[in-house]
Amino acid sequence: MTPTLVEPRSAIRESYLAGETGIWSWLKTIDHKRIAILYMVSITFFFLVGGFAALLIRFELMTPQGDLVDANTYNRLFTTHGAIMVWFFLIPSIPTVLGNFLIPIMIGAKDLAFPRLNLLSWYLFVTGGLVALVALLLGGVDTGWTFYTPYSSTYSNSAVPWLVTGIFIAGFSSILTGLNFITTIHTMRAPGMGWFRLPLFVWSHYATSIILVLATPVLAITLALVALEKLVGLGIFDPALGGDPLLFQHLFWFYSHPAVYIMILPGMGVISELIATFSRKTIFGYTFVAFASLAIALFGFLVWGHHMFVSGQSAYASMVFSMLSFFVAVPSAVKVFNWTATLYKGSISFETPMLYAIGFIGLFTVGGLTGLWLATLGADVHLHDTYFVVAHFHYIMVGGMVTAYLGAIHYWWPKISGRMYPERLGQASAILIFAGFNLTFFPQFLLGYLGMPRRYWQYDAHFQMYNVMSTAGASILGLGYVLPLVYLLWSFKRGEAAPANPWGATGLEWQIESPPPTHNFTTTPTVTTRPYDYPDARQEES
Amino acid sequence: MKSSIESHFSTLRQQAESAEFGMWIFLATEVLFFGAVFCSYAVYRASYPHAWKAGAGLNDAMLATVMTAVLLTSSLTMAMGVQAAKRGNSSPLRRNVLLTMLLGVLFLVLKFYEYYEHAHHQLVPGWDFSGYQGASAQNVELFMSFYFAMTGLHALHMIVGLGLLATIWVMAGRGRFDEAYHAPVENIGLYWHFVDIVWIFLFPLLYLV
Amino acid sequence: MNPGSHFAPPEASTIAPWVDGLLAYLTIASFLTTLLVAALVVVFLIRYRQRPNRHARQIRGSLPLEIGWTIAPLIVMLTFFFAGASVYSRYQRPPQGAMDVYVVAKQWMWTLQHPQGPREKDALHVPMGTPVRLIMTSEDVVHSFFAPAFRIKQDVLPNRTTQTWFEATEPGRYRLYCAEYCGTSHSNMKGWITVMEPQEFQAWLEDAGQGPSMAAAGEKLFQQLGCAQCHAGTCPPLGGLFGSSVPLEDGSLVTADIDYLRNSILNPQAQIVAGYPPQMPTFKGQVTESELQQLIAYIRSLSEQGAAGSSQAPPSGVRSDIEEGVR
Repeated sequence: MTPTLVEPRSAIRESYLAGETGIWSWLKTIDHKRIAILYMVSITFFFLVGGFAALLIRFELMTPQGDLVDANTYNRLFTTHGAIMVWFFLIPSIPTVLGNFLIPIMIGAKDLAFPRLNLLSWYLFVTGGLVALVALLLGGVDTGWTFYTPYSSTYSNSAVPWLVTGIFIAGFSSILTGLNFITTIHTMRAPGMGWFRLPLFVWSHYATSIILVLATPVLAITLALVALEKLVGLGIFDPALGGDPLLFQHLFWFYSHPAVYIMILPGMGVISELIATFSRKTIFGYTFVAFASLAIALFGFLVWGHHMFVSGQSAYASMVFSMLSFFVAVPSAVKVFNWTATLYKGSISFETPMLYAIGFIGLFTVGGLTGLWLATLGADVHLHDTYFVVAHFHYIMVGGMVTAYLGAIHYWWPKISGRMYPERLGQASAILIFAGFNLTFFPQFLLGYLGMPRRYWQYDAHFQMYNVMSTAGASILGLGYVLPLVYLLWSFKRGEAAPANPWGATGLEWQIESPPPTHNFTTTPTVTTRPYDYPDARQEES
Repeated sequence: MKSSIESHFSTLRQQAESAEFGMWIFLATEVLFFGAVFCSYAVYRASYPHAWKAGAGLNDAMLATVMTAVLLTSSLTMAMGVQAAKRGNSSPLRRNVLLTMLLGVLFLVLKFYEYYEHAHHQLVPGWDFSGYQGASAQNVELFMSFYFAMTGLHALHMIVGLGLLATIWVMAGRGRFDEAYHAPVENIGLYWHFVDIVWIFLFPLLYLV
Repeated sequence: MNPGSHFAPPEASTIAPWVDGLLAYLTIASFLTTLLVAALVVVFLIRYRQRPNRHARQIRGSLPLEIGWTIAPLIVMLTFFFAGASVYSRYQRPPQGAMDVYVVAKQWMWTLQHPQGPREKDALHVPMGTPVRLIMTSEDVVHSFFAPAFRIKQDVLPNRTTQTWFEATEPGRYRLYCAEYCGTSHSNMKGWITVMEPQEFQAWLEDAGQGPSMAAAGEKLFQQLGCAQCHAGTCPPLGGLFGSSVPLEDGSLVTADIDYLRNSILNPQAQIVAGYPPQMPTFKGQVTESELQQLIAYIRSLSEQGAAGSSQAPPSGVRSDIEEGVR
């Protein structure tokens, strides 16, 4: 193996965590690694808010009657859960925390192209989050995270403009992050770091950023128009003025379907890294995996109408959208097959991040396949807007994205914190989360097929059995999420000190100290090898 | 050369390229931002051609022509400013930026005069739309919703642009730009031209259809 | 009520077996795919687990494999597409002679009216073995008509008419839900659909049908609102209008379907019939959605006269209405 980088190790450089300390040094920082930590803290907070709402929802649904909270509160809970989780946890999660931390290091740069813009992104995110929280304090919003008009624009008596404004502001944070990543990947790569030497993590963030930049503005303007309609009576969506009842849905899903790929593509990037490291193997079909990300990002813009098969859009449009939806599924399948093939003849070990990666493959496969059911026109008529849909997108977003996020956090924790997490506890909680997740969401597929509609506060008694299973699973899942939170915090102070490269992985981030120094590299590295350049059995033998 | 290169870049060229690349991506975002409203406009235009015609009749095409001329002239002065910046001449840069700002302000004044006229004639959707009593009043109100949303969005971009130009004016006054370093002037020039182009689309759609 | 089993909802319409067959196909295909991936992953994990003194074998990829696992899923998915589209097209084509039911959704109640006159709240009685076509609109927000036992779901929109249909095959009581979130009492916006033997249904209809038929109620409104004065003279005649092609002022042709009639009453200036002055006032705000449906039922009845006179008979023009009107 040729060393990828010769970094002078003689002088111990000061870590990005040391140096200036104190709250102000963090709030004014333009170091991408510190901004990543700021994001990590903020999205963890929002995850807890959204998770708390989820637990209340599940406890309410243990019985068919609405007995824990009233209908108005229930409707506010699922709106809070959806909006907070989507815009303030899932969309920022891997890109803003791990993307921010790793992309510059992975490509051999000292920082993102626009460090101040990066900090501004975080401030916008936090401002958006606070405005959304104001909406909650003012009594919450009861429209669902989808804000369908004319309910949101005319009929709802809740704090819609506040929540929508919060999302609008956070949207600009997304746009600026995407812009920063794309520019950085184009202009900041170290000498020798050609496009096909980029880690797949970087490729998937590149694809994600394209979506962030091109889809988010459509959501922003759409929500702004809803808010204006609510506040000053501007009537773009108003049926009373002849407004088209489906226009909002088209605009919303034009963003929100690609947004699903914002939520899953970075996760796919993480899984590529984890599978390679823990099988000590180069990724099978690197180019195909890289281009699959781009294909998903581009095709993802053409399939929004598959959310509207029973909405009243033309049957011909539905057919086209259905067909295109199957095309966008192909690159996802290609990725799964390539990961599986990467395991072949590997040298596989089962540290916590690898357990998450294996879990991801399973859950994403189930989530992806059930997505095909919903893209199948004749099946979607029955399954649309039932718990089947709820189960499907939780398999993608929680089973996929959250699993990948946790795998990533464990994998790069030694780099981020300079400490090792407790391995046994890590493995135990990964298994607990996998079990709890399946118990929570698998029964919901059956509930959906049986005909239980989503967003129901009360339901018919014969749906109860699966709801009780789901609630039991959610309790296990909740515990599974609290565990890593506790032991990671503990290890940050008390964990064993981490070496520069605890996993024996390739990639520039493992060539510098743990935690990295403020400017990452003293001298810009020169890259001479492909990514995932692991030792080969044949060469060793000869 | 002044120390206008930031520590995370290797060369000034890399820094300028990044800035320009970033600006183009931002403009791509902006295209989609306005694009969503333009698409919605087109959908409704196809549904209600008569109301759209009647609605455009409520707007003063003469005034809009003057506004278009003002804005196009401001693009010219902006371009001259950028040329001056590239040559490293800070006083023609400042003069042209100031002219651009004045023209921008003039545009906004005319725009707000137009809004005032609409309010005066009770043609503001959601507030008082009793000024129009012709056929398809609801659909015409829908048209006027688009008028206010689109021109309002455009005016907001103008206001942001004026703020950016003011910054450039101050920075140029402090001698921050030279032949080597003038990326901010170029990028804000791009932004200003973009906002102009948006108006070039709005003018026929809202006044001439 | 027939609650079905813990694994399947009752299968009580002609389309339900098709949907269930499609779902069975998807289930088997998905199960086999998951099994394949899971088996490979598990075998590789065990067989290639880390052992001392053994390195991984670096394999960069294989073009034939990549092509293979791009094409193979695509072919399987295309079978999904065609199977799904063929079932979907059944939803789009109500059979000839369908019985019409007019549905108005509002927060948080379903109002369903039979052409013969009986109006039901959160309930619907239908005969077994007769296709029922639902002509639906909403007074406020978006709702969705969902009857799991019949495997039908269709959003109900304000300012627009949507349609779906079903033919019940089993007598019993089945749930009707609102499936599109519509506000506070969304989860209480539900009702029962009672499927009866045809004779039983006739008896029910006679028992319930005390008032005038929808067309008769529409005719009365037509007089009250003063429509009759113009439409007998200077305005376009309405006899035979429904389902025909109407030439417009701008030279285009439009089919007089339900949405056309609806728009022409609410927004008469939008589509002016060629050769007539644009003089009709709007009736927006003067008629409720239910009254609109009665007016439309009346105008439809003008095209059916001579065709046996029974509202059960297929109205002429229904075909073109379905082709053009179902969206």
